[in-house]
Amino acid sequence: MSEAIKEKSMLLQKDMISRNYEAITSKHETGRKVASTFVPGNLNELLMCFDIVNNLPEINAIQNGMRKVSGNYILEAEKHGHSEDVCTYVKADIGMMGKGNIAPNGKPFPNPDVLLLSYTGCYTFMKWFELLREQYKCPTLMLHVPYEGDGHSTKNMRDYIVKQLKEVVIPGLEQVSGVKFDIDRLRQYLKNSAKAEDGLVWCLEQGKIKPSPIDAYFGGVYYIGPMFTAFRGTPESIVYYEELMKEVQARIDNKLGPVTPDGTPFNDQKYRLVVEGPPNWTNFREFWKMFYDEGAVVVASSYTKVGGMYDLGFRHDPDHPLETLADYCLGCYTNRNLPTRVDILAKYVEEYEADGLLINSIKSCNSFSAGQLMIMKEVEKRTGKPGAFIESDLVDPRYFSAANIKNRLESYFQMIEQKRRGTGKAA
Amino acid sequence: MSSTAEIMARCQGLFEDLNYSDARAWKAKVPGRKVVGFLPVYVPLEMVHAAGCLPLGIFGGGDQLEVIHGDAYYQSYICRIPRSTIELGVTGRLDFVDGMLFPFVCDVIRNLSGIWKMMFPNVWTKFFDTPQNFDSSIGGTYYVHELQELREGLENLTGRKITDDDLRRSIKLYNENRRLIREVYAFRAREPWRAPTSEVYVIMRAGLMMEVEEHNQILRDYMDAAAREDRPQRDNVRVAIYGSFCEQPPLNLIKSVEMAGCYVVDDDYSLVNRFLTEDVPTDGDPLAALAETYLKHSVETSCKYVPKEEDKGKFHVESVRKSGAEGVIYATPSFCDPALLDRPMIAHRLTEAGIPHINFKYAENSGQMQPIREQAGTFADSLKLWS
Ligand code: SF4
Ligand code: SF4
Repeated sequence: MSEAIKEKSMLLQKDMISRNYEAITSKHETGRKVASTFVPGNLNELLMCFDIVNNLPEINAIQNGMRKVSGNYILEAEKHGHSEDVCTYVKADIGMMGKGNIAPNGKPFPNPDVLLLSYTGCYTFMKWFELLREQYKCPTLMLHVPYEGDGHSTKNMRDYIVKQLKEVVIPGLEQVSGVKFDIDRLRQYLKNSAKAEDGLVWCLEQGKIKPSPIDAYFGGVYYIGPMFTAFRGTPESIVYYEELMKEVQARIDNKLGPVTPDGTPFNDQKYRLVVEGPPNWTNFREFWKMFYDEGAVVVASSYTKVGGMYDLGFRHDPDHPLETLADYCLGCYTNRNLPTRVDILAKYVEEYEADGLLINSIKSCNSFSAGQLMIMKEVEKRTGKPGAFIESDLVDPRYFSAANIKNRLESYFQMIEQKRRGTGKAA
Repeated sequence: MSSTAEIMARCQGLFEDLNYSDARAWKAKVPGRKVVGFLPVYVPLEMVHAAGCLPLGIFGGGDQLEVIHGDAYYQSYICRIPRSTIELGVTGRLDFVDGMLFPFVCDVIRNLSGIWKMMFPNVWTKFFDTPQNFDSSIGGTYYVHELQELREGLENLTGRKITDDDLRRSIKLYNENRRLIREVYAFRAREPWRAPTSEVYVIMRAGLMMEVEEHNQILRDYMDAAAREDRPQRDNVRVAIYGSFCEQPPLNLIKSVEMAGCYVVDDDYSLVNRFLTEDVPTDGDPLAALAETYLKHSVETSCKYVPKEEDKGKFHVESVRKSGAEGVIYATPSFCDPALLDRPMIAHRLTEAGIPHINFKYAENSGQMQPIREQAGTFADSLKLWS
């Protein structure tokens, strides 16, 4: 995406990300400790209490996907016995190690000091970190977050997480870092988080406006960056959202759509979509272009909720620091059961006045994908709006078929047109 | 006294019957009886039994079920078991099942629990979670509460309380069941020509479709009969098969491996009946007893976190040693994330321990056995050569 036109918020974010990579790769000079951890259910505020730098293998896989090097890493992992059937984030990560473990800033990734396995919403996480642990032989702290099988969390689940935080995670991080846990420090970071979360939610909700001043999927990927990665809880993330809000407000004032990577505002919005599932990263720009070329803007998406469903009202609560971390982990999108995911998506279609639900089904990702056809049928049934299904992969270029996706999208837009004409006649 | 042929006829009949006639008959016999289905890999069967329900193992459709509707629910890159399970559901084959338990296995089974809730709103459907923290005061406390929730769910379903004594009685029966299963496994490991896996497997699967009391008797009878019968010992190698804990291979696959010159002396098929490796104490609080046994004495499988790196794969290496296997076939369902992500780690441990291993993938409806027979045959030959 280097050639894309950048807005100020994007530049801010780029700077934050490169500073984080610097902090990771300079650990030997600075003496700071590094944790590897996951996006959903990440405990950034807690890690900050121990001055630990946060490294996210999923984000590295995304970066490598966008820089078009993930394909080679995946082949490397497969060469060493990893199955072609499993999550390509894992293989991109493992393959990267085999190829020197070079960070996006060109410097080698140091070995992590601790693996913080926040097991939230995806089974693969557990295996992924067992694989990394085999490689790095470093302490691994497991935080098991129970799945909301009945569509809600229970006191037992929350107590279980809090207990693990108190008795496993916090003592473990104290030991790795040599820093004593200070709950007031945590409260301060949580306060910052809540503020930034307000900003994120405001931005995402502007997708309700017509024309939409945001793209809540392709553009949304940037909006969630600071919140989902190593910056939640920092003052920088608050500044980021303030800047982003200004940009979105300016577009609203001028009745403009989001800025596309070509640098032009996307105003001629013919179709409004809700999208379920992660995007493809290897052909991200080409993929996005297929949408705006046809006049399709994404007004809401589920992918932008994997790291927390703030739009449903959750905010980190400094008054209940550990309990709020538990609630946060429990509430991430893929930790919610399928009927709840249907409710959420149907609500998006209605509240954002979308033309329908489009699913980008990811070959790698059972957590998202297993059940998506049922989700599509149910959302169609509930909203009366047509759904569509396309397939790709996260970071494996072998599974991105541009022609196929384009065809499907075109037929989908025709279907929406027909539906509109049909409804028009009926009215 | 029954012969193995008679025992096998009974078990094979149950195993093949995708209309579940026996379970239907069981339910019809006494008004008010309930049947609770469960998917692989582990649920505490004694709890279902204590509720007066029949726990019914639902292990997908195997190779005999034509999947017509199920494919409309799953993309091609997802394993077979969820789609064939849906097929069983939409074709009415499970219409007598009152409750369904979906255990902690993987994201596919987890999400299937939600699909079931939407498709069959009248069935009591529960995702049953087991802890991945194995400390009694943390994971144990959580698990006791989860067991209590399961108990209450079952009580709601049946309209009757499950007392601690009910539970203790059931635990005793399942302790007996597990003990007998361990004996059958040990017997097979000792004299695999007398107890081929193509039989043992069917007996285990059938056992999850009948009352535990009957299964206990069958296990005893089988060991007696198999010990009595004269069966020729072949020059086969001894292998363990791992990675098959969820979606099950077709019976033909097991037979093909045997025909290729392998005695299967250990496996992780239908693991639920020996997931707990020791007796559950029958004194004290039964929920705490179930929890503690799960935490401290249960198998290692891909669906469970292994807290210490050095312990990963240890269970497999020890089981290989205990069963006297000369090599391991790591046989996994296609697209099975847990098994396939585990595979390299287990493979490393086996290599370190000097245990030869091969791997292949299957689907529950795999039809072509030639490649598997060839692979297993070559493996058998190479094991003979090395030894
Ligand atoms: S399976 Fe999906 S959620 Fe899990 S690590 Fe892979 S991409 Fe992420
Ligand atoms: S076969 Fe594997 S991926 Fe499929 S449901 Fe079972 S454990 Fe999950």
